[in-house]
Parts: sequence; C-alpha cells; structure tokens
Amino acid sequence: MGETRAKIGTWLGFLLILVWCLLPVVWIISLSFKGPTETAAGSPQFLPKEPTLQNYSDIIDNPDFKDSLINSFGIAAISTFLSVILATLAAYAIARLDFKGKRLVLSIALAIAMFPVVALVGPLFDLWRTLGLFNTWPGLIIPYMSFTLPLAIWTLSAFFREIPWEMEQAAQVDGATSWQAFRKVIVPLAAPGVFTAAILTFFFAWNEFVLALSLTSTTQARTVPAQLSFFVGPDPFNPPYGQLATASVVVTVPIIVIVLLFQRKIVAGLTSGAVKG
Amino acid sequence: MSRLAAIDMKNIVKEYGDGFLAVNDVSIDVQDGEFMILVGPSGCGKSTLLRMIVGLEDITGGEMMIGDKLVNDLAPRDRNLAMVFQNYALYPHLTVYENIAFPLRLAHVPDAEIDRKVRDASKTLELDEHLDRKPGNLSGGQRQRVAMGRAIVREADAFLFDEPLSNLDAKLRGQMRTEITRLQKRLGITTVYVTHDQTEAMTLGDRVAVLKRGVLQQLATPRELYENPCNLFVAGFIGSPPMNFLPATVEGNTVKLPFGAVDVPPERAEKAAGKGLLMAGIRPENFEDASVRTDKGGGSTFRAEVDVVEWLGNETYAYIPYEAPPEVEAQLRQLERDLDGETMHTQLVVSLDGSSRIKAGEDAEIWVDGRKVQLFDPASGDNLTVDLDNAGRIPVHGTQQAAQSGAAG
Ligand SMILES: Nc1ncnc2c1ncn2[C@@H]1O[C@H](COP(=O)(O)OP(=O)(O)OP(=O)(O)O)[C@@H](O)[C@H]1O
Ligand SMILES: [Mg+2]
Repeated sequence: MGETRAKIGTWLGFLLILVWCLLPVVWIISLSFKGPTETAAGSPQFLPKEPTLQNYSDIIDNPDFKDSLINSFGIAAISTFLSVILATLAAYAIARLDFKGKRLVLSIALAIAMFPVVALVGPLFDLWRTLGLFNTWPGLIIPYMSFTLPLAIWTLSAFFREIPWEMEQAAQVDGATSWQAFRKVIVPLAAPGVFTAAILTFFFAWNEFVLALSLTSTTQARTVPAQLSFFVGPDPFNPPYGQLATASVVVTVPIIVIVLLFQRKIVAGLTSGAVKG
Repeated sequence: MSRLAAIDMKNIVKEYGDGFLAVNDVSIDVQDGEFMILVGPSGCGKSTLLRMIVGLEDITGGEMMIGDKLVNDLAPRDRNLAMVFQNYALYPHLTVYENIAFPLRLAHVPDAEIDRKVRDASKTLELDEHLDRKPGNLSGGQRQRVAMGRAIVREADAFLFDEPLSNLDAKLRGQMRTEITRLQKRLGITTVYVTHDQTEAMTLGDRVAVLKRGVLQQLATPRELYENPCNLFVAGFIGSPPMNFLPATVEGNTVKLPFGAVDVPPERAEKAAGKGLLMAGIRPENFEDASVRTDKGGGSTFRAEVDVVEWLGNETYAYIPYEAPPEVEAQLRQLERDLDGETMHTQLVVSLDGSSRIKAGEDAEIWVDGRKVQLFDPASGDNLTVDLDNAGRIPVHGTQQAAQSGAAG
C-alpha cells in the first residue's frame, strides 16, 4: 500500500521535473517551425499552425551563421583537445607523485575555476589587442583552456586515483617503462574520465558567451552563441524569433549527439574485473 | 637454457617514509630452482620483502643479488622477474590473450612467436576457450590462471607470488596449490611465494622463511620447522591445530605439567635443567587415548577431565581446560597478538585416534609422547630443546640475545 503510493509519488515528481526541463526545449523546437507571421502574432499557440522548414533553409544559407558554426566547432574542439591532454598529464602527476606544492597546485586550480569570467573581460580585451590575439581563434582558445583545465584536472585526478596502483606496477614488472605503463594501461583505464573531462570542456567552450562576444569583432572568430545576438533581422522592433529558435536547435543538436555517443563510455565501468571481484 | 637465477638477500632493511621499520636485517638465500616460501602473520613485511625483490620498493639497506648481479638500483623491468599479484592486477581493457601477451609485446617479440607462446601457456593453464574474453567476466580461479599465464610466457629468471590464492575459496585453493607445485616443478624455475597460510607454506615450499614483525625467525624445510621450531612464535604458527603450550617445571628427567609428570629423554631434560618455570610445547597428535595406544614406551599417561569432544571419523579432537600461572598466561596473550589474533586458550587440544570412545565430561586416561615434548623459555620464547642440526638456519638477533642473557642473570 505504502509502496505503491511511494511509486506514484516518484513518478509524479519525475514527470514534473521532466516537464519543467523539457518545456522550454520543446517550445524552441516548435518555434523553429513557425513562419514570421505566426511568431509575430500577439498570443501564439504552442504548436505551429502551418509547419515550415523555411527557417532552416534560411539559416543554412546565412553565411555568418555558417562561419560562426565553423568557429564554434574549431575553437571548442581545439580547446578540448589541448585541455584534455594537459589535464591528463597534470592529473596523473597529482594522483601518483608526491611532490612539494601539490596541494597548492590543486587549490590554485580550484581558485581559477571559481574566478568570475566577467571580471576578466576588460583586462583580456586590452591584453589581446596589444598581443594581436583579439578576434582570433587562439584569443578564445587560451581563456577557454584556462577556465576548463581546473575542472578537467580535478575530474581526471579523481579517476586516476581510482585506478589501482598495481595495474601500473604489474606493467612495470612486465617490462614497461613508466611512459609505456601510462600509455598502455593507465590511459585506457582512465578513458571514462578522459571522456567526461572532454565533454565538460567541450560544453563550456561551445556554450560560452561573454568572452566570445567581447573578444571578437567579426565572424572571423565569433562563435554561434555570440553570433546569435547579432541576428536582428530587418525590423529592430521585431526580432526574427523563428530564426533564433532554429539557430538554437542547430547548435543544440551536436551536443545531444555527443552526449548520446559518449554516454556509454562514461558510464561503462571499465575498471571492473581489474582486481578480484 | 640454464641460467643462474638464485636470489640472495643480504641483511635487507626496509624503512618506510614514516619511519616504520617493515623489514629488519633479513638474509635469505634462494637457490636456483628452489621454491621458497615467505610466511608470517599479517603486517610482518612479507609483501614488502617481495616487492623489494621485484623492484617496486626501494631497498633501505643491504644487498639484493639476482644471479651474481647486484640489483638494488635496477628498475623492475630490468630485473626480468615475473610476479603474480595478490589481486592479480590483470589489465581489464585487454582480452585474456592480450593480457598474457602483454609482456611479450613490450619486448617486441614477433607476432608468430607471441601467438605460439600464448597458446602454449593457455593450454597449460586450460584457458583456451577464454582467450577472447575480458578478465572482468572470468571467475576468480580463471583470473588467477590468467595472471599465472602472464607470468609464465615471459621466461623470466624467477617467479614471485604474493598470496595468489587468498581470494579463492577453499576447494579451488587446494586445486591451484597442486597446480602451482606441478608447474613449478616442471619449469624448474626459482620461486618466491608469499603467504600467511601455514598449510600453503608446509605443502608448497622446499624451504620456508618465517617472519615476525619484519624479523626473520627461522629458515628451514617444512619438516624442520614442524619438528624443531626455534621459538614459541614459530611453534605456534606452524601446525594446525596449533601446538599446545603448558606451564612446566623440570625435575630430573621428568617434566611437571598441570595434569601430571611426563618422562622426557635425558638430553632434553638436561638442556632445560635449573631454568625454573618453563613452557612445554606438545603437538595435539603427540597425545593418544591410553586405551587405544598399545605401545606405551617413551611416554607417560595421565588422567584429566575432557571438556569437549569432536569426532571427525579418522580422528577425534578432545579439549581439556587447565589453569595457567600468570607468567604463562601473559606469554600466551603475547603470542596471541604476535600470531595475529589466533586465540591461545588455556586448554589442551589433543588429537586422538578415531576409534577412541572418550566422551565429553569423562575422566579420561591420556597417553603423551615424552620424546616429542619441546621446552621453551617463557621470558625469551626460545626453544631450549631445539636440535640445531635439524632446524635449518636460526638467525641470532640482538634483541633475543639480550633477552636470553637477561633471563639467565
Ligand atoms: N607505504 C607504506 N608506508 C608505511 N608503512 C607501510 C607501507 N606499506 C606497508 N607498511 C607497513 O609495513 C608493514 C609490512 O607491510 P606488508 O605489506 O609487507 O605486510 P604483509 O606481511 O604483506 O601483510 P599482509 O599479510 O597483510 O599482506 C605493515 O606493518 C605496514 O603497516
Ligand atoms: Mg601482503
């Protein structure tokens, strides 16, 4: 009796959270299929009256959007790649070696992660202009890396700590150098951690707005979230809601695909069976 | 392929970073092809010693020789030893085949040769049908065999085992024990095997090194350890059920025990004469039901009330409680701590013939073999009646010497 009630309660809560989270997403998707007349209407209905693909073809033909999409991909991918490599090496050292100042490194990393991005915009703007990094890919990649590295290092060192020391020692006894043991045993075992760190980094770079807006001036380096704010349309009092929604959908899809692709990898208990079960 | 792979440890010391002395002045010479057991209660430094042999732990002091090479400062991969870890340490992301092939791949052995060697090993270990599986899906015994496979493909100079059977259930453990003996005899490879299980120590080893708190107590064959333990610790550790320890005083050629007097051979009595209160060590099987025993020569009989009787078919265990004076009681408690929680009751455990009709609560007549009685100094724990010619090597330690002279003075 009490059990069924608890079950019903669980499902109710579940449903509530689902609606709460998904409603805006569904709303945006629905918007992306509406024509301009419908979005401009005073009280639009939830589902499009006359579903149209016009927004999608418009956005694909928009060269600014295409450029910013390429920028987004390139910048996010490069920062992820570099950040994960650096974080893997750093996290391994932190998890395995006993060196002076280890705690200091970890606390500084944490402090950086907590640093408000907005506070950096001004100084970075000046600095980048002097160094010629303004409105370039590296100009965004560098700050993205420094903001994602701490998180990646923390996640990865937690993963490395989980891997039994003996894995590595076994490899060394089997004839591996430290580097071989790291590459052939530790990294494959830490794969779920590496993927987690990679996805977190990618998301950050992909979604970041403030820096992308302030450190760029043209579509040479501007990413999609920043570019979206430049979608004004012909009438300044009537923003192209349909197109904005479509752009949102287009940038969200890759994220969902990535999550679905790597979800298994992240969840897979790859270390199971390493030691006695 | 005959290479000298003796392992010679000379005065090995290990002090951990926190100042803990885990291994203290241990010297063990493992002969080429010998099966050497390191045994002792938990925390006595067995694993530490093994890891120093293989190179996973720095050596604080002493010399580690493999063959005629000093290896103190060599990295593990330069020592050419194969090790089976306590929890196997298989690579979970690789198949059984690749796990076994791993050391060969690192050595850049040609693929064809790898394949031949891996299949050889898997045949020996009956792993053929599991070669494509991941270790995570194997049973404990299968994992254990994969770990062995990874060790034997190598043609290493020696095998090192760290409690390889401790994760298996009793039956499998018995099987694998025979398996390991067979394999070792066939390959004739020098082996050092760590265990805290005295059955494994007795059955597997050519020689056994007994350690206590990082100090080598005795290095001898299983038989020598059993018949001539150098002190209370070794006597209590080797044998199951353990040796009985009773308060005793020697008068002439008789030893006075709580139950009565037992005649012992004069040369034994002589070694223990005039030492006051001693501890007598008598193994359970050195007792017998007096009505079953026909030849009563060399021993004495006594009467005692039996508390509990356990009949096992081929033999019977009878338990006889006794009172111990405080000195003996204290020594027994100390021994209990040293032996890692094995409880030393002030009760006699005697193993009688299965045909014995003695019942619980009965006043029984028990025969005891006086020739097998060992006498220990309760202060130092040393065996006074040890036959040094048949006791292997008993290292002399500063602390024990001090205890001896203290007891004498
Ligand atoms: N890294 C370390 N730092 C400090 N002390 C250690 C370290 N590793 C082990 N010790 C100590 O050294 C002693 C011996 O440890 P070791 O692992 O060799 O014991 P063992 O005989 O293998 O015991 P077990 O049967 O439980 O495996 C223990 O008392 C342990 O506390
Ligand atoms: Mg151990």
